[in-house]
Amino acid sequence: MRPFTYDRADAVPAALRAAGSGASSYLAGGTTLLDLMKLDVMRPERVVDITPLASRLGGIEAGPQGLRLGALAHMSAVADDAMVRRDYPVIAESLALAASGQLRNMATLGGNVLQRTRCNYFRDVSYAACNKRRPGSGCSALDGVTRLHAVLGTSEHCIASYPGDFAQALLALDGTVELEGPQGPRRIPFAELHRLPGDTPHLETTLAPGELITGFGVPPLPWARRSVYLKVRDRESYAFAVASAAVALDLDGGRVREARIALGGVATRPWRAREAEAVLAGQVLDEAAAQRAAEAAFRDARTHGDNDFKPELGRRTLVRALFQAQRLGA
Amino acid sequence: MPDTMIGQSPIRIDGRAKVTGAARYPSDVVVPNPAWAFLVTSAIALGRITAIEEAEARAVPGVLEILTHRNMRGTVRDAGFFAAGGYAAETIRPLEDDRIWHDGQIVAMVLADSFEAAREAAFRLRVDYAAVTPAAGFGSASATTEPAAKARQGHEDPQVGDADAAFAAAPVKIEADYATPTQHHNPIELFTTTALWEGGKLVIHEPSQYVTGIRHGVATQLGLDPQQVRVESHYVGGAFGSKGSLTQRTALVAIAARRLGRPVKLVPTRDQGFTIATYRAETRQHVKLAADRDGKLQALVHEGTEVTSRPDPYKVAGTQTTARMYDCPNVRTKVTLLHADRNTPGFMRSPPEVPYMFALESAVDELAVALKLDPIELRRRNDSKKEPIKGLPWSSRGLMRCYEAGAEAFGWSRRNPEPRSMREGDWLIGWGCASTIYPTHIGAATARVTLTPDGQARVQTAAHDIGTGAYTVIAQAAAEMLGLPLEKVQVALGDSDLPPAPVAGGSNTTASVCNVVAEACGQIRARLARAAVEDGPLKGRDPASLKLVSGELRAADGTAEALPEAMSRAANGAIEAYAEYLPQGMPKESMRKLYSGKQALGGGIAEGPLAMAAFGAEFVEVRVHARTAEVRVPRVLGAFAAGRIVNPRTARSQLMGGLIWGIGSALHEETEIDHGRARYVNDNILEYLIPVNADAPKVEVMLLEETDTGVNPLGIKGLGELGNVGTNAAIANAVFHATGRRARELPIRIESLL
Ligand SMILES: Cc1cc2nc3c(=O)[nH]c(=O)nc-3n(C[C@H](O)[C@H](O)[C@H](O)COP(=O)(O)OP(=O)(O)OC[C@H]3O[C@@H](n4cnc5c(N)ncnc54)[C@H](O)[C@@H]3O)c2cc1C
Ligand code: SF4
Repeated sequence: MRPFTYDRADAVPAALRAAGSGASSYLAGGTTLLDLMKLDVMRPERVVDITPLASRLGGIEAGPQGLRLGALAHMSAVADDAMVRRDYPVIAESLALAASGQLRNMATLGGNVLQRTRCNYFRDVSYAACNKRRPGSGCSALDGVTRLHAVLGTSEHCIASYPGDFAQALLALDGTVELEGPQGPRRIPFAELHRLPGDTPHLETTLAPGELITGFGVPPLPWARRSVYLKVRDRESYAFAVASAAVALDLDGGRVREARIALGGVATRPWRAREAEAVLAGQVLDEAAAQRAAEAAFRDARTHGDNDFKPELGRRTLVRALFQAQRLGA
Repeated sequence: MPDTMIGQSPIRIDGRAKVTGAARYPSDVVVPNPAWAFLVTSAIALGRITAIEEAEARAVPGVLEILTHRNMRGTVRDAGFFAAGGYAAETIRPLEDDRIWHDGQIVAMVLADSFEAAREAAFRLRVDYAAVTPAAGFGSASATTEPAAKARQGHEDPQVGDADAAFAAAPVKIEADYATPTQHHNPIELFTTTALWEGGKLVIHEPSQYVTGIRHGVATQLGLDPQQVRVESHYVGGAFGSKGSLTQRTALVAIAARRLGRPVKLVPTRDQGFTIATYRAETRQHVKLAADRDGKLQALVHEGTEVTSRPDPYKVAGTQTTARMYDCPNVRTKVTLLHADRNTPGFMRSPPEVPYMFALESAVDELAVALKLDPIELRRRNDSKKEPIKGLPWSSRGLMRCYEAGAEAFGWSRRNPEPRSMREGDWLIGWGCASTIYPTHIGAATARVTLTPDGQARVQTAAHDIGTGAYTVIAQAAAEMLGLPLEKVQVALGDSDLPPAPVAGGSNTTASVCNVVAEACGQIRARLARAAVEDGPLKGRDPASLKLVSGELRAADGTAEALPEAMSRAANGAIEAYAEYLPQGMPKESMRKLYSGKQALGGGIAEGPLAMAAFGAEFVEVRVHARTAEVRVPRVLGAFAAGRIVNPRTARSQLMGGLIWGIGSALHEETEIDHGRARYVNDNILEYLIPVNADAPKVEVMLLEETDTGVNPLGIKGLGELGNVGTNAAIANAVFHATGRRARELPIRIESLL
């Protein structure tokens, strides 16, 4: 860790002002930021502690306008919220299945969606080549261990996977992100928050410098009650997804009116599988239809040796999630 | 108070100190005005350091000194490989020159007034390298192999009969390759060292399984008299073999403390722990197993190749065990070492048995399938009275009793032997079993026991409690032999100034130390008895007939003298006894080796006159998801026969922990290696997976009674390393039963079964 200036902001304008100068990072739960500072991967000169904003930005509100989640709401609070669990199970499950109890009590939603990749070559500064950490230096993963790396949305410059869970749920439900920045407030579709790595993998989001996430919105969607988050992982708890699927189904008898699908653990950013959704629209959800959807979702997958199994696992995960959602009583 | 303390289950006498934080682990020790050390480790696995740019690091406020090969060359002498009469886990001399032998080798130690400054300076130190393509292990072009028999003096590959001919002639046979991965111990407590000089004496606080070995090793490295070095390690936060031999850091911290003239503390990082200490070597094994149609074994061929470092011939060599496991007239084994550009591997809980019994117990299951025979029945038909290589009789062998008790409790008879025959919804269910064995090791040991006039006993020995409960079982042994309540016994361990005891390895501590403590207590009893028969109520009795029971010296007919009176008759104050215990059959020089900190254990299954081991049978249920292939273990049960159980509570938790470890060894644990770079990748405990609670929902331990005084006077067999042997095979066998697919490579992960 290197020396940094510490600021504590008790209001949004103060936070924006404090972050305005120099290379600064907001500090929420700190479970990503502090880890990466101790590993010398993130080197902010100024850390702006925004935990005092929790009183204003920590709410969970539901109503006819849909769901609004404050950026500083803790993962555990949202996972445990009775209304979220009933009306948006995919959100509650994505959070409950993430990390550990201790981490969920510390970590916030805003920090969660901005968590960084677990690519070990990114997290270990002794590897000289990592385009995400040192733009233009190359990518050590390409000829390295890639078991947890992405197969969708990769580029020749970076194949790191987006590791989080909650983002898939938000994406599947057409969530939005509320922002405050030096230029004032704005709201964008969650789908526009994360970028593909392309040739600039160090640019992970579309946030402007110093911009603050204040909350997330989910439009009203009655059939979101028929939604699941399926996380396939190497042990029963406390592990990142090897593959995951967020699924919501609007069923008309046996037929799919509309399906929402987002995939985790397999892609460089939270991944909406629109091709798979299109395959299912209007179809009876049976094994063949589910398989066709899964095929469509991974049609463009590219693998790198250790992760050759991932398209197959991803397909199976999606199929299993679809049937799991189908079985739910809405 | 029960008349016998051995066999009771008191709670740990150090438990309260541990849960309240009163227990001081080595890095907790408060030293005056410490300087802090932070390591810089190599970013390549093979090559040379071409430049070290220190200016930016030295400019960090608070930085005191940076040790590199440039100012350290020639400082640390060679301590020798532990397995070749020396002390070191790895013989590369720390900071000796610009050569890089493996990933994560220590290349600099930064010293500063604070931990933070040392760490920041370490980040700012620039080391440039000229890298050469390294060998990571199997499949690397520049790796070299040599037979263990050539690399290691005294290594013999067990064999008997003509295994190849018998294999060729046998009607039923299987032949298969198995692979086990690199694994790291990852004790929660990191590899810390604190060193200070008190006058000419060096005091080292370091979590250790062998304080006497570290003392002598560091003395050799620094050219000191061993009496000038004291190593203290009163509590250890997990070790599992990783803290048994001398590693490079210790001498560096000691030298730093001398150069700075103040104490130095080192707390390395988790990822540094993967490369500055040891690990379990990966293996590739080839097994051939043949039987007649009744399932009587005819031939076993077991060949293993194991990764080690360039300089050191560490060997796993579990064929010593597998060759003797069953009654088989024709056995051929061979161990080959593969030298790669890796740090030197070392002991990790049941070092030989975990990888090698995986192969054997999987192969036995495969043979049972080929024979269409129940796997327990197959083992019964090949149970033995003598090990087959030298014909040494087993001192006791509870294997089949364990299978019978375990099978009954598990419900094995309800198993449909057909693969894929058991299912619940989308989950395929499989039941599997496997044997465990752990050789009963014992070592020469010494102890001092002092009985004070107020009826308090103090036991002192340089043994170790690495979390196993040694403090408690040693106190129990003394309490029993002296007829005192447990709270009257104090135990001091983990200090090289105490009478030497063996390395806490090979599960020998309970047997070695309880026996020597019993001997010292016996001396005290004898002295009290000799005085008591001179006068008083016990006058004229045979001294040998008097026992210390419930605070008095008692004759068989109940006549007794209270301890205070007996004490005052025998001595003016305290009575002190110093005992040396040389286990039966061990050579005399074992005692000399003990005093010079050299690891020398005896017993086991290969030396004779008896073959001594603890046994067990392990049963697991697995569930494999029919679509996504996750393997889960809803229940595991182990039945064990391990001699006299000193403390069923601590024994149970050792075995339970072992079974859980076995789940990890089957499904989770693997250090992933970047093959091109020969570097560890998942060097943290988030991605180096071990089971969490949810992975071990139901773990049952059955302890069977067993009396075996052939092993040692107290009849104790070690069991710390018994629980985690065979579990990996039991799980692989259950996965086969669930899915019809044989997993011969560990860990069994999703992609193994898709
Ligand atoms: C051991 C471990 C296991 C984990 N397992 C999982 C898992 O299984 N699934 C999963 O999804 N996640 C997992 N995580 C990741 C964890 O969920 C994230 O670290 C956590 O959600 C981050 O939230 P935080 O509040 O602690 O963020 P911080 O660490 O405080 O911040 C993270 C980043 O976001 C920025 N930031 C934070 N809040 C805002 C805001 N309001 N506006 C703008 N920028 C902001 C910070 O500057 C920083 O760059 C795991 C983490 C650990 C350490
Ligand atoms: S995959 Fe991306 S994050 Fe990982 S090393 Fe390559 S560039 Fe860096």
